[in-house]
Amino acid sequence: MSLSQAIPLAETTLELAGDFPILARPVRGKRLVYLDNGATTQKPVAVIQAESQFYEQSNANIHRGVHWLSQHATDLYEAGRATVRSFLNARHDDEIVFTRGTTESINLVAQSWGRANLKAGDEVLITAMEHHSNIVPWQMLCEQTGAVLKVAPIDDRGELLMDQYARLLGPRTRLVCVAHVSNALGTINPVEDIVREARRVGALVLVDGAQAVAHQSVDMQALDCDFYAFSAHKLYGPTGIGVLYGRRELLQAMPPWQGGGDMILTVSLDKSTYADAPQRFEAGTPNIAGVVGMAAGIDYVQSVGLDRIAAHERQLLDLATERISALPGVRLIGTAAQKAGILSFVIDGIHPHDLGTILDSEGVAIRAGHHCAMPIMTQFGIPGTARASFALYNGLEDVTALVEAVRKAQALFGSTEAS
Amino acid sequence: MSDMQPDLRELYQEVIFDHNRRPRNYHGMERPSHVAQGHNPLCGDELTVYLRVEEGIVAEASFVGQGCAISTASASLMTEAVQGKSVEEVRALFSDFHTMLTDVQPEGRDFGKLQVLAGVREFPVRVKCATLAWHTLHNALAGVSDTAKTE
Repeated sequence: MSLSQAIPLAETTLELAGDFPILARPVRGKRLVYLDNGATTQKPVAVIQAESQFYEQSNANIHRGVHWLSQHATDLYEAGRATVRSFLNARHDDEIVFTRGTTESINLVAQSWGRANLKAGDEVLITAMEHHSNIVPWQMLCEQTGAVLKVAPIDDRGELLMDQYARLLGPRTRLVCVAHVSNALGTINPVEDIVREARRVGALVLVDGAQAVAHQSVDMQALDCDFYAFSAHKLYGPTGIGVLYGRRELLQAMPPWQGGGDMILTVSLDKSTYADAPQRFEAGTPNIAGVVGMAAGIDYVQSVGLDRIAAHERQLLDLATERISALPGVRLIGTAAQKAGILSFVIDGIHPHDLGTILDSEGVAIRAGHHCAMPIMTQFGIPGTARASFALYNGLEDVTALVEAVRKAQALFGSTEAS
Repeated sequence: MSDMQPDLRELYQEVIFDHNRRPRNYHGMERPSHVAQGHNPLCGDELTVYLRVEEGIVAEASFVGQGCAISTASASLMTEAVQGKSVEEVRALFSDFHTMLTDVQPEGRDFGKLQVLAGVREFPVRVKCATLAWHTLHNALAGVSDTAKTE
């Protein structure tokens, strides 16, 4: 009996597509089959309404107005911080810094903590499966400070080689930077083990949680990492808003990154004194509506339940993996034992870009390319992959549409081959 | 593919598949008079274009590299199309070809087999695939040493 027969239809859908207005619009005359959730997720009505209601009912600048509306907007903004703290199970609200997204969060740590703490010869250890946003800021920091960037290798399944990782840790290792979930391979990294090893040499750990937070519950106290970064837009929230979690004592000791309003206590023309964290890192008027929308997205995800979402996406991944690998000439890229809902693959004779165009004509939206993880593509000797990534609103019919569209592409490229 | 969308059939014509599977003039060149490399960082397409120009005429054109079907077929068709043409004619052809892909069909130009690439116009994100080889050729003729990019 095949896996697809083993899973009853009722369990492969959460019946939540109706919460997402965009899923009702056709694309190229076909039903939209949105499988590019690793790039960004669609937004539920709750998020869209929270943002528009903020502008209709609550809009004012925060942290400065004496008037009622400003206090109201400030309350909503700070309530968003509390929502994020609870979502991450962090200890304190002031461990939550609002940023533009994962990329800005990582750059903040590199430029604030990194420039203040790293010396020539110190080491930053990343892995070979990082997104460019968890590589380039460290390369820049190393150029600025003379620190050395080390890279822990991965195997052919896309799993971090833990023994080699442990061997690369040493007395000069100051910081370890690792993806919680690989965006190109789907690998879930054993963050607790990574942190435990890093602690033995006194290194801090930054976790890139961009691909994790929408797909499993994360707990700062259980992970015990020092920094954790994510973006709201991959968590059913708005673009342009994200989070840096930082351990309180670290954030309090870090120098400001950007200067401006909202991050100061006093300013004279000779010298300024800075606000405490997290305000110290939130210079300028922030994305207030974005915080409100992000909080609404988190509330939505929590009302569905992350354990349910994880189980649902696991089913879709297993089903899609089985059906896609049953097609001729398919090679899966990323076959780790622990994976989130990301299916990366290449097909003999069909470039990922061609595949993406043909799938698109069937209404199936996937990502084709290097997924901002060029070093991974180099390791696997490929220019890029086709990537289907799942979200809570996907169902069995989306997996079927994906497989049918790939079959059509193969027929298109194969039928002419025979002629 | 009877249920294939018309735009898609227009993009992936038999000639494209043929040149993708069996690219013409797919080899390096011993002593090229002009050579340049092209790279599309977004999709990873890479190619090198070789030319032997004698007395202002393209006597030989070849390429090596890897890319999608559109990119490979376009490079292959280009090497056929430019042979025997003067450098000036090649430049004018590139200009018209670019117009065909991004704007309108230029009047009075017979593109020959290159006409099959006109379908790319309906797929704006794929224009760079079809023009990478041409940008690279343009750089080769101009003696530009930087890698041609379509981004």
